[in-house]
Amino acid sequence: MSGHSTFEPKHPALKWFESRLPLVGLIHSSFVAYPTPRNLNYWWTFGGILSLMLVVQILSGVVLVMHYTPHASMAFDSVEHIMRDVSYGWLLRYMHANGASMFFIAVYIHMFRGLYYGSYKAPREVLWILGCIIYLLMMATGFMGYVLPWGQMSFWGATVITNLFSAFPVVGPTIVEWLWGGFSVDNATLNRFFSLHYLLPFMIAGVVVLHVWALHVVGQNNPTGVEPKSEKDTVPFTPYATIKDGFGMVCFLIFFAWFLFYIPNYLGHADNYIPANPLVTPAHIVPEWYYLPFYAMLRSVPDKLGGVLTMFGAIIVLFFVPWLDTSKVRSARYRPLFKQFFWIWVVVCIGLGWLGSKPAEGGYVIAGRILTIWYFAHFLIILPLLGLFEKPKAVPASITEAVLGKSKGGAPASAGVAAPQTKG
Amino acid sequence: MKTTMTFRSTLLRPLVAAALILGLAAPALAAEGAPKPHREDWSFAGPFGHFDRAQVQRGFQVFKEVCASCHSAHLFAFRNLAQPGGPQFSEAQAKAVAESYQIQDGPNDAGDMFERPGRLSDRWPSPFPNEQAARASNGGAFPPDFSTLAKARTYEVGFPGFLIDIFTQYQEQGPDYIHALLNGYKETPPEGVTVPEGAHYNEYFPGHAIKMPPPLSADQVTYTDGTPQTVDQYSRDVTAFMMWLAEPHLEARKRLGFQVMIFLIVFAGLLYFTKKKVWKSVEH
Repeated sequence: MSGHSTFEPKHPALKWFESRLPLVGLIHSSFVAYPTPRNLNYWWTFGGILSLMLVVQILSGVVLVMHYTPHASMAFDSVEHIMRDVSYGWLLRYMHANGASMFFIAVYIHMFRGLYYGSYKAPREVLWILGCIIYLLMMATGFMGYVLPWGQMSFWGATVITNLFSAFPVVGPTIVEWLWGGFSVDNATLNRFFSLHYLLPFMIAGVVVLHVWALHVVGQNNPTGVEPKSEKDTVPFTPYATIKDGFGMVCFLIFFAWFLFYIPNYLGHADNYIPANPLVTPAHIVPEWYYLPFYAMLRSVPDKLGGVLTMFGAIIVLFFVPWLDTSKVRSARYRPLFKQFFWIWVVVCIGLGWLGSKPAEGGYVIAGRILTIWYFAHFLIILPLLGLFEKPKAVPASITEAVLGKSKGGAPASAGVAAPQTKG
Repeated sequence: MKTTMTFRSTLLRPLVAAALILGLAAPALAAEGAPKPHREDWSFAGPFGHFDRAQVQRGFQVFKEVCASCHSAHLFAFRNLAQPGGPQFSEAQAKAVAESYQIQDGPNDAGDMFERPGRLSDRWPSPFPNEQAARASNGGAFPPDFSTLAKARTYEVGFPGFLIDIFTQYQEQGPDYIHALLNGYKETPPEGVTVPEGAHYNEYFPGHAIKMPPPLSADQVTYTDGTPQTVDQYSRDVTAFMMWLAEPHLEARKRLGFQVMIFLIVFAGLLYFTKKKVWKSVEH
């Protein structure tokens, strides 16, 4: 889609450089001339927002490391040293801690958008799978980052999660000791988590490059799910997408700043302000909010190994969505049944998240089991069957037709560019 | 939770069991059945929150004269007393406080440890040399360190309150809990409740049996500014001090937050109109 660069350098020095390494041409074709569908709505700005958050996390993290001490007896106090004595250390630390949550909020919106508009369908399967890999890496990075302050929830979260691997028969206990670097979560564990927490974001950045590359080969999907057919269907990335993404990013930063400056501990746990103590178990061990749906699934299965497999399966199933969805139509806008099932599935995910924060007892467990079954049924039963039985609405012939039809006021294919949630 | 907590590790299980048997578990969450602490009106709450200097100074006095005899605050340095955004004592006052304490230093050239008057750079001296000594003097209980305590305590808000708290910027679970706890002692426990020997009944403490005896009583600390010398007033003052100790840059954070918000909102407005102009001729 991006094809050959149309960039023509004027300055002789630039001409000289460009004929040896066409770097400026690459940037020009990727971020200036790149044709982007004219009908993208604000849900499409989250890709840019995610890139911004990755940069925020890496930059704040690199500075935090200059003041942090990865040692079981010093980590907690070194984080407090950052909070108290380092110039604007509180800003960096709260930015990094809340930035992780913002990263996940943005990635969940980005994924829901992809699922709603069928952005995973051919020819975008590899693009989707690369995104799933980024999500997996983010989960690992976030988990290990939460361990670093070495508070009570850090320690016990690490203990519970690493113990999950003991569920595997025969090799389980060996794997757990290998992860720990000893016989319990201790200094060796903290050190390796620190090392990996520094490494993984750069791996994420690498996969992001592949993700963007794949995106620029197949082009962006759009709310109609119809591929651009003529030049009329697209606008150049700059200035159209850049200014729209920029506005979206700044709005997101306002949301971020609200948490960072006014309620910086809202998304954390009070227990993590108590230094780690292997002899005292917190009353409720709860993971970070972004793992809660998976935590609920883990606890819904009475068997430990079954629970672990269910939890990992919930992420693995995402990799197969391009082939589980049998419908020829991409966008939920023209799939009346799928649209309803999509929103039911969103509610199921939120419900699982809420159950994950509740104690595993009584009605909560039963509700957790029902929602877990629904989560998997959505992918394994509903998506394949819908494609066979659903009667999709008429799909517009082109993006331009869909856009112009709307402007004439309530023409057939006129669902509009309004936010999808208003149409549920 | 219970299912995931079945540790296979042969080493962890006895440790956890021992911790539970000894009753060392000090959950930060209020126990089920305990009433929710009342939401107090704190000067440091909200987007323009700031510490009341006089209140934090009085709170420091309560801490120094009452709490500090059992509780440590190992991250608290004397210099903090004079830094902006807290009690804001003058440097001379902070120095005088430091010098009234003997701090162990050394070794000197002869290899001996020695004691000297405190300096601004020194940390607040702990009342006990180690956890074991603290437990031995407090009936087996370990008085928690004050450094981050006001942020380390909370209670469950529940649905939908926890969502509303995002918009009202409620972040004072810790201070509300501490204030409620300090005023939550009952001389006689409710009928049918027995409190173990050496413990005291407290309405707000998880499990209700707390080892700390009621720490505050009326007229215990002499205020020089005419503030009422009641348990409620003491508890408010010391809680404000604890919040400052746990979050010493709270004022700077909220002040910078306001500036950043103004900038971002104006910037977003400009971008919005620029975007409108750019897209004006394109139907989308």
